[in-house]
Amino acid sequence: MTAILEKPPVTPAPVKEPRDWRGPALFALVAVIGLVVMPLVLEPFRLGLLAKYLTYAIVALGIGLAWGQGGMLTLGQGVFFGLGGYAMGMHLKLNDAGDGLPDFMVWSGVETLPALWEPFRNPVFAIAMVVVVPGAVAWLLGTLVFRQRVRGAYFAILTQALAAAMVILLVGQQGLTGGTNGLTNFFEFFGQDVAADSTQRGLYFTVAIVLGVLFLGAWQLQRSRFGRLLLAVRDGEDRVRFLGYNPATVKTITFTLSAVMAGIAGALFVPVVGIISPALLGVVPSLELVVAVAVGGRFALAGAVLGAVLMGYAKTYFSEELPDAWLYLQGALFILVIGLAPKGIIGFFRRKDVTA
Amino acid sequence: MLNAFLRTAVGAGLVLALAACGGEPTESTTGGAAAAGGDTIKVGLLHSLSGTMAISEVTVRDAELLAIEEINAAGGVLGKKLEPVVEDGASDWPTFAEKANKLISQDKVATVFGGWTSASRKAMLPVFERHKALLWYPVQYEGLESSPYIFYTGATTNQQIIPGLDYLKEQGKTKIFLVGSDYVFPRTANKIIKAYAAANGMTILGEEYTPLGHTEYSTLTNKVVQAKPDAVFNTLNGDSNVAFFKQLKSAGVTAESMPVLSVSVAEEEVTGIGVDNIVGHPVAWNYYQTTENAANSKFVAAFKAKYGDAKVTSDPMEAGYNAVYLWAEAVKKAGTVEVEAVKKASGGIALERPEGLVTIDGETQHMYKTARIGIIQPDGLIKEVWNSGEPIKPDPYLKSYPWAGSLAS
Repeated sequence: MTAILEKPPVTPAPVKEPRDWRGPALFALVAVIGLVVMPLVLEPFRLGLLAKYLTYAIVALGIGLAWGQGGMLTLGQGVFFGLGGYAMGMHLKLNDAGDGLPDFMVWSGVETLPALWEPFRNPVFAIAMVVVVPGAVAWLLGTLVFRQRVRGAYFAILTQALAAAMVILLVGQQGLTGGTNGLTNFFEFFGQDVAADSTQRGLYFTVAIVLGVLFLGAWQLQRSRFGRLLLAVRDGEDRVRFLGYNPATVKTITFTLSAVMAGIAGALFVPVVGIISPALLGVVPSLELVVAVAVGGRFALAGAVLGAVLMGYAKTYFSEELPDAWLYLQGALFILVIGLAPKGIIGFFRRKDVTA
Repeated sequence: MLNAFLRTAVGAGLVLALAACGGEPTESTTGGAAAAGGDTIKVGLLHSLSGTMAISEVTVRDAELLAIEEINAAGGVLGKKLEPVVEDGASDWPTFAEKANKLISQDKVATVFGGWTSASRKAMLPVFERHKALLWYPVQYEGLESSPYIFYTGATTNQQIIPGLDYLKEQGKTKIFLVGSDYVFPRTANKIIKAYAAANGMTILGEEYTPLGHTEYSTLTNKVVQAKPDAVFNTLNGDSNVAFFKQLKSAGVTAESMPVLSVSVAEEEVTGIGVDNIVGHPVAWNYYQTTENAANSKFVAAFKAKYGDAKVTSDPMEAGYNAVYLWAEAVKKAGTVEVEAVKKASGGIALERPEGLVTIDGETQHMYKTARIGIIQPDGLIKEVWNSGEPIKPDPYLKSYPWAGSLAS
C-alpha cells in the first residue's frame, strides 16, 4: 500500500502559501480555554458533561474524516464506539468484581466467568482491545465492501444495518453483555474512585488532550498527500483508479482510522458517564452524531468537533429548560442550521474560494 | 485550506464560550435555595417525557404532580411547600443517569421520584448511591435488587409474578407458554417462572422473545397455538402487545380457550391494544381503577378532575402517587428531609392507599402490597377476581421460596 502512495504526484505540488500563524494561534487559544479556563469556571457536574461532549467530538472527528474528507457516509459509528466502550466496561466490571462475578451475571444466572471475559482482567489487554477490535472490524468490513466498490447509499445502509444487528446481539446475550441494561455501576478506575471529583477532573483533562492530539493527527493527515488522495477519491473515485491508485485501500485505511477514534471515544465515555449500554450504539445515536457533524460542517474537521460539542450542549440545555418540548427545539436547530448553511456552522467562517 | 485551521479554532472557541454561559445559571441555584433552606422543598421528578417510554411514564409523572399538589394544598411538609423539578429521561438510560446527577448536584432536591424501565433504574442506581441521595421507583420489576438509596413502591416478583402463577395453578393451567420482550425484566421473570414450574409440576412448552417495539407476531402466534398450552404468561411490553393480541384473536384464540396472563398490561395499555382484542384475559397487579376503598375513590376523582374525564388510573401511576405520600410521611416522622434520617424513619410507616394498606419494609425498602388478579372487562377497566387477602411481605431475593434458591445466589 505504501508503495502505491509513494508514486509521484500527477499534478505539480500546489504553490506554497505563506505560513499563516492565525490557525495554530487559535488552536492554542482553544486549548487554553479547554484546559485552563473551563476546569476553573465549571463545577464538577458541568465539567463532566463537557467531558461527555468531547468524547462525542472524538467520534465526530472520525466521521468528519470518513464522510467529510472521504465521502463515506457511515451511519454505524455507534458500533465502534460500543466495541471500545464494552472493552473498557468489561475491564472495569471485572476489576470491581475481584474474584467474584460481575453483578449482572449473578442476576442473569451465569455461574462461571465466560472465556471471552477472562483476558479483559488485564488492563493492558483491555486498552489494546479498545483500539484493536474496532480497527479490525472496520478493516475487515472495509476490505470486503470497498473492493466490491460498494459506496454511497449502499455503504450507508450497510453500516446502519450493522448498528441495528449489534444492538440485537448485545440485548440477546444478556448473560454475556448485561442485555438492555448494559454495563453500569463502576467503582474503581485504575486504582481511583471513579466517581470522585478529582478522578472526574483527571478524566476531563484526559479526554480533552486525547481529542486535541487526535485532532492534530487528523489535521496532519488531511494536509498530507494521503489527505489529498482521499479528497480525490471522494470527488472522483473512478478517475483516481484510472490514475493507478487503489481507492479501496485509501478508503479502508480512513474508515479504520475513524473506527479507532470511535473506539477510543467509547472507552473514555465509560468512566466519564459511568455506563455503556446498547442504547448508546444503535441506529439513533449513530445518526445523531452524523447530524451533529452536518450541523457543525462536515467539510472541515473542526466543523465535526464543533457540531458534536454544540449538539451535545444544546441537548442538555434545551432538555433542562423545557423538559416537555426540547426535542422540537433540537429539531428546529438542526433544520435552521442546515437550511441556512448547507455546509454547516463552520461554513459561515469559510472563505468562498476554499472548497475542500 | 490554510484558513480551515483558523475557522476550526474560532468555532471551538465559540462552543466553549457557550458551554461556559450554560454553567452560569446553575451556580445561582446551588448558592441559594438548597433542599430545605428556602420556603420550599425541591423534589425531582425524572421520567421519560419523550421517546418510546413517554406514553407510559408521562402518566406516572402526572400522578406524582397530583400528589404534590394535594400535599401542598394540605399545608405542605414541615411547614414548607413542595416544589417539583421536572426532568426528561428521554427513554435513554445514560440520560437518566445524567439528569439524576443534575437534580442531586445542581438542584439539590430532597428526593427524586422517577424511572420506569429496569435499565433506567440500573443506570440511576450508582448515581444515587454515590451521592447518598434518595430515589423512589414506582414500577413493578424483576426483583433481585435492594439498594439502600432506592425505595421500591411497585411490586417485586413475589407480589405479582408468583401470585399470578398461583392463580394459574389454582385454575388448573399446568402447561404454560412464555412470551416476552427481549430485555431484563422478561428474561429474569421467566427464569423465576421456570423455577416455579419445576417445583409445582407445571410444564413450560416454550419460551419466546421479541425485540422491544416488535410488531410482527404471526410466526410466534403459530408457534404458541401449535404448542397447545393451557395458558400463556405474557411479559411483552408496549406496542408489541397490540400486534400480539390482535394476531391471537385472528388465530381464534379466546380468553376461555387459552387465557393470556399479562404483567405489563394495565388500564392505560388496554385502550391502546383495543378492548375487543384483549377482553376476558387476566392480568396481575396490585391496584386497579376499580379497587374499592375510600382512598381510591378520592384518587380517581382527583385525577380525572385534574387531567380529564377520559383518563384512567393504573398500577404504576398509583405507585408513583403513593411514593410522594410515603416520602412525605417519612419526612414528617423524621422532622427533616435529611436522607439518612428519612430512611431510618421510613420503616414501618403504614398508609391507607388506593390499593389498600401499604407498609414500608424498612429492611428491603420495598412495600407490603396486596396482590390482585383481574379480568379485562368490555368497558376497558379491570375487575378483580382474586386477591392475596392481605399485604404480602416483599421478598426481592425470594429467600422464603425454597425452589428459588439457585436464582438469588
